[in-house]
Amino acid sequence: MPNPIYSLFGKSPVKPLQKHMAKAQACVAQLEPFFDAVISKDWDKANSIYNEIDQLESKADAIKTKLRLNLPKGLFSSMSRRDLLGVLNMQDNIADKAKDIAGLILGRQMDLPESIALSMKEFVVRGIDASSQAEKVVNELDELVETGFRGAQVKLVNNMIETLGKIESDTDAIQIEVRAKLFAVEKDLPPVDVMFLYRIIEWIGDLGDIAQSVGSRLQLMLAK
Amino acid sequence: MEYATIFIILACLFGFFMAWGVGANDVANAMGTSVGSGALTIKQAIIIATIFEFAGAYLAGGQVTQTIRKGMLDASALSGSPELMVYGMLAALLAAGVWLMVASRMGWPVSTTHSIVGAIVGFAAFGIGMEVVKWDKVGSIVMSWVVSPVLAGTIAYLLFVSVQRLILQTKKPLEKAKQYVPFYMFLVGFIVSLVTLTKGLKHLKLELSLETNYLIAVGIGIIIMLIGMIAIKRLKFDPDADEDFHFTNVEKIFGVLMMITACAMAFAHGSNDVANAIGPVAAVLSIVNSGGEIAQKAPLSPWILMLGGAGIVVGLVTYGHKVIATVGTGITQLTPSRGFAATLAAATTVVVASGFGLPISTTHTLVGAVLGVGIARGIAALNLRMVQTIFISWIVTLPAGAILAIIFFVILKGVFS
Repeated sequence: MPNPIYSLFGKSPVKPLQKHMAKAQACVAQLEPFFDAVISKDWDKANSIYNEIDQLESKADAIKTKLRLNLPKGLFSSMSRRDLLGVLNMQDNIADKAKDIAGLILGRQMDLPESIALSMKEFVVRGIDASSQAEKVVNELDELVETGFRGAQVKLVNNMIETLGKIESDTDAIQIEVRAKLFAVEKDLPPVDVMFLYRIIEWIGDLGDIAQSVGSRLQLMLAK
Repeated sequence: MEYATIFIILACLFGFFMAWGVGANDVANAMGTSVGSGALTIKQAIIIATIFEFAGAYLAGGQVTQTIRKGMLDASALSGSPELMVYGMLAALLAAGVWLMVASRMGWPVSTTHSIVGAIVGFAAFGIGMEVVKWDKVGSIVMSWVVSPVLAGTIAYLLFVSVQRLILQTKKPLEKAKQYVPFYMFLVGFIVSLVTLTKGLKHLKLELSLETNYLIAVGIGIIIMLIGMIAIKRLKFDPDADEDFHFTNVEKIFGVLMMITACAMAFAHGSNDVANAIGPVAAVLSIVNSGGEIAQKAPLSPWILMLGGAGIVVGLVTYGHKVIATVGTGITQLTPSRGFAATLAAATTVVVASGFGLPISTTHTLVGAVLGVGIARGIAALNLRMVQTIFISWIVTLPAGAILAIIFFVILKGVFS
């Protein structure tokens, strides 16, 4: 017999959300070895890393679907359903973006001009830092539930979100730098390649922005 | 009285069966929160439930038993035909038992209390006559079914907010927990023993003044607090455990509190729900023993309370442990800090209701308490659809119990007269 006390408790969305973020972060983290492979023009390795990203991304998707199904409208939660789904979407965008970046570079076997390769790598690493910081914030969600989204724990999380903001500004600064370096050499490169390089730069910049929006979305839960 | 022995045997059998059902299903609701929060293993839960359900039934179960036995019916209207009362009470036990079995099969969360009250009112009002039922008393019982979950929810909300403010939301929750949790332990001991002393112990014929009661309650509170403090002292805190979840060690302290609260909950449950099974038995016995008179003054024999307590324990040991295990593994969201607030609120409400002789549903009270914690933003996911299901089965149970009781009443009347 379904016991009333048993049935009263729904499935907490916290752990699945954190697992999803961990998978998204695993996707993004692969971009570092991926860029190493691209810079050294090791396309076999780049290909196998891309496959890895692809697999991680579909695992994240599976968690996402399951979590969405477990968030019925009648659920009474200490977090708003909209905010939860918002965070989930942003996390999903992180994984998608990582896959898009790797996919485009691999598909066109893009050559990174030597003059921008190093800054580009630095740019990617900082973008990974941003989403790693977002992951740390998401991992505080169970503590926030424990404290009822008030008090000392909220301050701690707010500080973490502030750090996330700083990392995002860093990525902005590096983005400007990388673009300037590309601009300096763009006349000597095939125009189509240059166009796509600008697009990749934009997408890497997006990583930081999306990571930050994961944080902002979580911050909405605190304010109430 | 003709068939006197048969009536007694039947009453004891049916009553024991009902008590078995309470032990098999209901107790799990009371103990599940403690197992789910990880504060108790299933084995510990069964041991605690066995001791404290029994103690609650014996020490504080008298008032509710009296209500079920004779509080809802006007005996003077029945003095001409006492055998009707015997058939009726036997029919009520059978009806409630059968309805509980049907409902369990269908998966409806029905309450033992609602079933038996519906059955008794049903046979009396429609089998004998509307004037037999004390409608004002029945009305206040029904009111208490609405009030008890709301009251438990309010207490749980306040308790949990106090836990948040005093402990969880501070900068050093572990130190604050060590400091404040003993006070909550005192509160558990004090409230339960005070209500029991002032309201529950009437049948033991202890004549104590109010001051003595307060003194004893404070004493019991302090003893429980000291036991709890020793248990907290003996806890081993592992700073590494806080790496992943920063409140692991804090929750360990609440785990000790939860253990104490679980005892209170089992006691409260025993004090209220045992009566559902043995109240009708007591009614049959007193009529048969007094040679057919419906003696209003007859005291409640303690062995009947023991019969009920024993039935619950047998139900618990034979089947209830499985249900406890299911509930316990399913509600891991309920950490000890939440479990404590919800359980203490429910236990307090139930014990107070027992003191006033009001038969209420422990399960519904507990659901109200959990929702109270939820309103304080304490729980990540609660299924509100459950509340609706409970409400519907609430509405259905009263007429279902009543109709079955009327049918059994007519059958018994036909067989024995």
